Amino acid sequence: MRIFQSFIVAGLLFISMICICPVNSVAQVTFPENGVADPRHGHYAFTNATIIKDEENTLKNAVLIIRDGKIIAAGNNLKVPAGAVEIDCTGKFIYPSFIDLYADYGTSTQQRQGGFTPGQQSQLSTNTRGAYGWNQAIKSEADAYKVFAVDDTKAKALRDAGFGTVLSHVRDGIARGTGTLVTLSNEKENLVILKEKASAHYSFNKGNSTQGYPSSMMGMIALLRQSYIDGAWYKNKPSKEGLNLSLQAWNESQNLPQIFEANDKWNDLRADRIGDEFGVQYIIKAGGNEYQRIKEIAATKATFIVSLNYPQAMDVEDPNDARFVSLADLKHWEMAATNPDAFEKTGIPFCLTTSDLRDIKSFFTNLRQAFNYGLTEKAALRALTKTPATVLGVFDQVGSLDAGKWANFLITSGPIFNERTTIYQNWVQGSKYYVKEDGWKERRGSYKLVLNTSSGPVNYTLDFKSNNAASIIGKDTVTSRFYYDGRQVRINFAPERSGDYRLTGMITNDMWSGYGEDTSGNRLTWTATFDQPAKLSSDSGSRRKTPGPIGKVIYPFQPFGWEDTQSPKQETILIKNATVWTNEKEGILQNADILIKNGKIAGIGKNLSEAGARVIDGSGKHVTPGVIDEHSHIAASSINEGGQSVTSEVRIADNLNPDDVNIYRQLSGGVTTSHILHGSANVIGGQTQLIKLRWGANDEALKFKNWPGFIKFALGENVKRSTSAMGNSSNNNRYPDTRMGVEQVLIDAFTRAKDYEKVWKDYEANKTKKGIVTPRRDLELEALVEILNNKRHITCHSYVQSEITGAIKIAEQMGYKYNTFTHILEGYKVADKMKAHGSNASTFSDWWAYKMEVQDAIPYNAAIMHRAGLNVAINSDDAEMARRLNQEAGKIIKYGGITEEEALKMVTLNPAKMLFVDDRVGSLKTGKDGDVVLWSEHPLSIYAKSLYTIVDGIVYFDRVKDEQLQKIVDVERNRIIKKMNSEKRSGSPVQPAQPSYQIMHTCGDHGHSHGLLTVDVE
Amino acid sequence: MIKNLILEYMKMKIISASIFFVFFLSMLNAQETIYPAPKQTGTTVINNATIHTGNGETIENGTVVITDGKIVSVGKNVTAPAGATIINAQGKHVYPGLILPISNLGLIEISAVRATNDAQEIGELNPNVRSIVAYNTDSRVINTLRSNGILLANIVPQGSLVAGSSSVVQLDAWTWEDAAYKTDAGIHFYMPSLMPRPRFGFGGGGGGGNAQQPPADPIKEGLEKIDRIKSFFSEAKAYLGEASHDETNLKFSAVKGLYDKKQKLYIHANTVKQMLLALDFVKEFGFDVVIVGGSDSWQIADLIKQNNVSVILGQSHNLPTLQDDDIDQPYKTAAMLQKAGVLFSITDDDPQNRGRNLPFNAGTAVAYGLTKEQALQAITLSAAKIMGVADKTGSIEPGKDANIIISEGDILDMRTSIVTDAFIQGRKIDLMDKHKLLNERYNRKYGLKGF
Repeated sequence: MRIFQSFIVAGLLFISMICICPVNSVAQVTFPENGVADPRHGHYAFTNATIIKDEENTLKNAVLIIRDGKIIAAGNNLKVPAGAVEIDCTGKFIYPSFIDLYADYGTSTQQRQGGFTPGQQSQLSTNTRGAYGWNQAIKSEADAYKVFAVDDTKAKALRDAGFGTVLSHVRDGIARGTGTLVTLSNEKENLVILKEKASAHYSFNKGNSTQGYPSSMMGMIALLRQSYIDGAWYKNKPSKEGLNLSLQAWNESQNLPQIFEANDKWNDLRADRIGDEFGVQYIIKAGGNEYQRIKEIAATKATFIVSLNYPQAMDVEDPNDARFVSLADLKHWEMAATNPDAFEKTGIPFCLTTSDLRDIKSFFTNLRQAFNYGLTEKAALRALTKTPATVLGVFDQVGSLDAGKWANFLITSGPIFNERTTIYQNWVQGSKYYVKEDGWKERRGSYKLVLNTSSGPVNYTLDFKSNNAASIIGKDTVTSRFYYDGRQVRINFAPERSGDYRLTGMITNDMWSGYGEDTSGNRLTWTATFDQPAKLSSDSGSRRKTPGPIGKVIYPFQPFGWEDTQSPKQETILIKNATVWTNEKEGILQNADILIKNGKIAGIGKNLSEAGARVIDGSGKHVTPGVIDEHSHIAASSINEGGQSVTSEVRIADNLNPDDVNIYRQLSGGVTTSHILHGSANVIGGQTQLIKLRWGANDEALKFKNWPGFIKFALGENVKRSTSAMGNSSNNNRYPDTRMGVEQVLIDAFTRAKDYEKVWKDYEANKTKKGIVTPRRDLELEALVEILNNKRHITCHSYVQSEITGAIKIAEQMGYKYNTFTHILEGYKVADKMKAHGSNASTFSDWWAYKMEVQDAIPYNAAIMHRAGLNVAINSDDAEMARRLNQEAGKIIKYGGITEEEALKMVTLNPAKMLFVDDRVGSLKTGKDGDVVLWSEHPLSIYAKSLYTIVDGIVYFDRVKDEQLQKIVDVERNRIIKKMNSEKRSGSPVQPAQPSYQIMHTCGDHGHSHGLLTVDVE
Repeated sequence: MIKNLILEYMKMKIISASIFFVFFLSMLNAQETIYPAPKQTGTTVINNATIHTGNGETIENGTVVITDGKIVSVGKNVTAPAGATIINAQGKHVYPGLILPISNLGLIEISAVRATNDAQEIGELNPNVRSIVAYNTDSRVINTLRSNGILLANIVPQGSLVAGSSSVVQLDAWTWEDAAYKTDAGIHFYMPSLMPRPRFGFGGGGGGGNAQQPPADPIKEGLEKIDRIKSFFSEAKAYLGEASHDETNLKFSAVKGLYDKKQKLYIHANTVKQMLLALDFVKEFGFDVVIVGGSDSWQIADLIKQNNVSVILGQSHNLPTLQDDDIDQPYKTAAMLQKAGVLFSITDDDPQNRGRNLPFNAGTAVAYGLTKEQALQAITLSAAKIMGVADKTGSIEPGKDANIIISEGDILDMRTSIVTDAFIQGRKIDLMDKHKLLNERYNRKYGLKGF
């Protein structure tokens, strides 16, 4: 039925084309001709070809008819119309030419040479002149079709790779405006542009924007979210906004296909979530590492644009160079070519692009590598034709060889993806472009060569092997210098005792003829007649190279990650005969058992038993609740949005990074829950995220569920940008520059929040009335209103007593509360005020003297605050120290003499309380989460090591298993390094070994160096 | 115009200087009542103690006799001379004073406040720069270290290449002259990194484009620097061999001790490549070399041993270098050096607590393979040997200076590491510090009992 329908449609199209063509035959143009008019129809019939109309339909011995740049018909038994030039395509294949949605063509962007210059002043508003929006990185007003210019050098490179149509956009900004669909024809732009506004583009890249905000991944996400809200709001033409061309363009481009350049597996998910929130399904430009999380990628339901950019092998022959290349980088090198196949196998629709390739010439080579790893040719052809055309809504114009579409097609020597296949011609909009001029006709073989010398004809046999190799056979075989370029041939040979001959000539069909000279300069003529074809090997070139064994995807794609089938599962665990620190009124139980079942603690006591439980002997060992770190900056792609002083709209949750090896390292230190805070670059920072250290889980699954939500505030030196001081004078231009200003920022923010809340309340009460306009949703103020309503809690970076007192005063005046003061190194000076305010305190054990505001920090701080009645936690704020939080708590016994039980609570129950999760974690009690650590020794001792760290009843860290995992890492490293070395020896190009640097996010507060390969980023 | 600007700048400087002055005046109560102890007179006896001598021995129920600042005798069956001051250390542990082998103590007060930083001089070739003259005996940090048992420290200048000379100080002094324990005994050379710099793109991580490589090649640059240093040492050797010089070269003169082994060359190096180059300095110039940092020293421990080079490890409390490394590698490195027979020490260079966690860094090494006495030795006798002061300190042995601490329990474990008494050159020093004073002050505020 459907076939029948499409047949009718095709038939109708065919008829309409026939009818329309004569009407169009007098083409009128505005451009004057300098000379005599030369109108043509480009009317051709390609006969006897194998025509691949699309990846499903192949016609043998078929005819393709084109005219005026369009396909008139493609089918069997078609008559060559009168007026059409017939081109015999016997043995040839015709394919629809490829479509690239992410080609770098026709619009150029000079990328800013980025980098942060210390002491540089912040640009607080946009530099774009005109009636545009407030943020320089939202360039939705950019239209690629307005700046598009044909560039035949680039077009040729793309045509040579089989492409005929590309989507081009200006690669600059977070919102990039519209893209334009163009062909690669070398015509005037007027004719080349197929669809001027074909798509709208977005990215996580500020591009040339010099504006300070956003400076982080989460800031970019917040900016996009706010832009969607502002776009919708702007539709009502709010009078105070005036004309905003950026928002206007934003709205106008919403109905186009929306393309998001995410470039990384986690970013793909981040982009998709933004889309989900605002009812947009993006087409996502992938990064090449999606195979590492293909299930999550599939769940986006997006169509992806996949690059074939694989990392080059590194030169790791020198062990000193190999030393610093990580397993993740080595594995990615080995597995990158599996990415397209992962998309196909998982059933994710995808397009292929030449984007990110070091050289477009490597497109086919890289594609064949993908075939070696399982990608099918059919899927590849679909990804290069139908899928891109369909997602862009232009399948009626390009993407297959159906009548009515643009005559964009390839003529090849054989099946397009075979290694030995040659693309001869790439026709774009009915114009012929040569890819490879020669070889259209097979000329290789043996010829009878006759030299008509003055002494009569001399016969030889010419064996034509390739364009620059042939041998001449007379009495002996004589090597010759031979050159053939498709039309002309040159031969230079020296038969024995006869001197040498230099011949030149033209080739016409099977008869060659020309003239030449012998050694003495005597002229002669010559002919060569085709005798028999060359014996070519029957290898069609379609055989796939079976790649050697490759490693498996591990979760996370990091050392110590687990293969899918080997990841730890929830177990019933019975730890017997241990010292159990309950943190409950039962205190410390000697020789006690603890049972964990279904992810929860199922019993604590003596002589417990449970059928089928995994029994762990705890004799001489200690069991405690999992350690909770109130102040951490691991497992996130960005930590600080320092672009503005108030950034309550940004959320750590938007950019969690499950690939941070510090998750695993901290499990080894008994940590099970971490509070990932925004940094301290601004007074009102971003929303925080509580996570459980579920090593191997994805970003969503890391989150601690059902948790009230916090936000980070900060006071003092960091927010007034003391580090941007030049000498003794401030170079800071971002308000505030003093603690006085900090107070005013807080008052201003909450005053605005209150006004905002009122506007919405008024609206809610009156919205049924006529003429009431919906107020603008403001993500920044929305978060502050949540604070005022006690729905979001504050953890406030703070040091000195004056600012703590000041902050409390403002809070009481404005009607909000500081749930937690974090760092709070002078908390001991104002513990009574904090207590009266109802705050908790989370501090370091013994840090001090690294900056001015910590010169009065003392290690007795925690003990004094504890004695003054505050709930006190010891936190890390440091990926290294977090592994030893139990010992940091132990120091509070030394500095302040608190009891051991109280000390342990400072890294377990107390932080649980201040984070409102003490109903689930922080102590050992039946019904609470099975987050448990078995320590080798007294848990507060320097000699204590976690033997097992259990989260939700899952053993995520096992010290014995860790040794096995380490061996796997070493073996796998060694295997891939050997493979890379053999790649180098086989002559493949290699790049210098690149150390696998890791970005270590800090809140910008202190200077603890974390080793050679970490780059601290504020 | 420029003159105005300068005036303006001067004015600002004066204002800020006076702000600082007033500020410090208000803090005068914090430390000024803690006096350096006077010279020891008579005899002090510590008895009934568990004595950890620092050379690997432990003496249960032992006695130490101290006269005129020196250890006279130590052992199980030592009798106290008549008239001696007796300190009964029943149930307590006695250790040699701990030695912090690499420190910027007294050179940097608050790292974020530039005016309080005196650790790094301008220029890349500063062998003649001396840390001792900038060592501030009144630094508030010093006493907090003593409270944790650290009685000596090696004060080290920082730099880009050759930073200057370090001196060993004892931590109870009126001036740097009093503090000096051994001056200018180490020349510090910071080995260039020899590693390609990171390439980070903007925007999306992972697969996408945008990667940028900085123009200069750090490896080439580093090797050129090393060449310059080598020719410096070659020329210095030639210069020092001359009977007289037509022109005096202060830089050459400053390294004279390296050639007759009165000074050591401390090479700050972490990677194998850097350390191999360091060993090259031993072969080429015959220097006494100490590797500082040594995070990858476990990979070539036998070579280090063969070359008779010692190592001062950076703090154990550190992250592994590469994601792939054993998650506990920094904790295990000390035990690996011990096994290879390398003379090594451990430092605590954490800028957030300034070295006072030295004993716990050693304690961590115990959790990962050292014995307690080996770990103690690393931060006492071995440190003294490396710094060339083992004839005077580093262990509790007759004839050495009485640099001794008494702790309530195991000094390496924070649970029990509470220093009750400390002696430097036999002088019983005041263990009060700024932190304890502030603790007392605010216990008073809240009516809490002191402890």
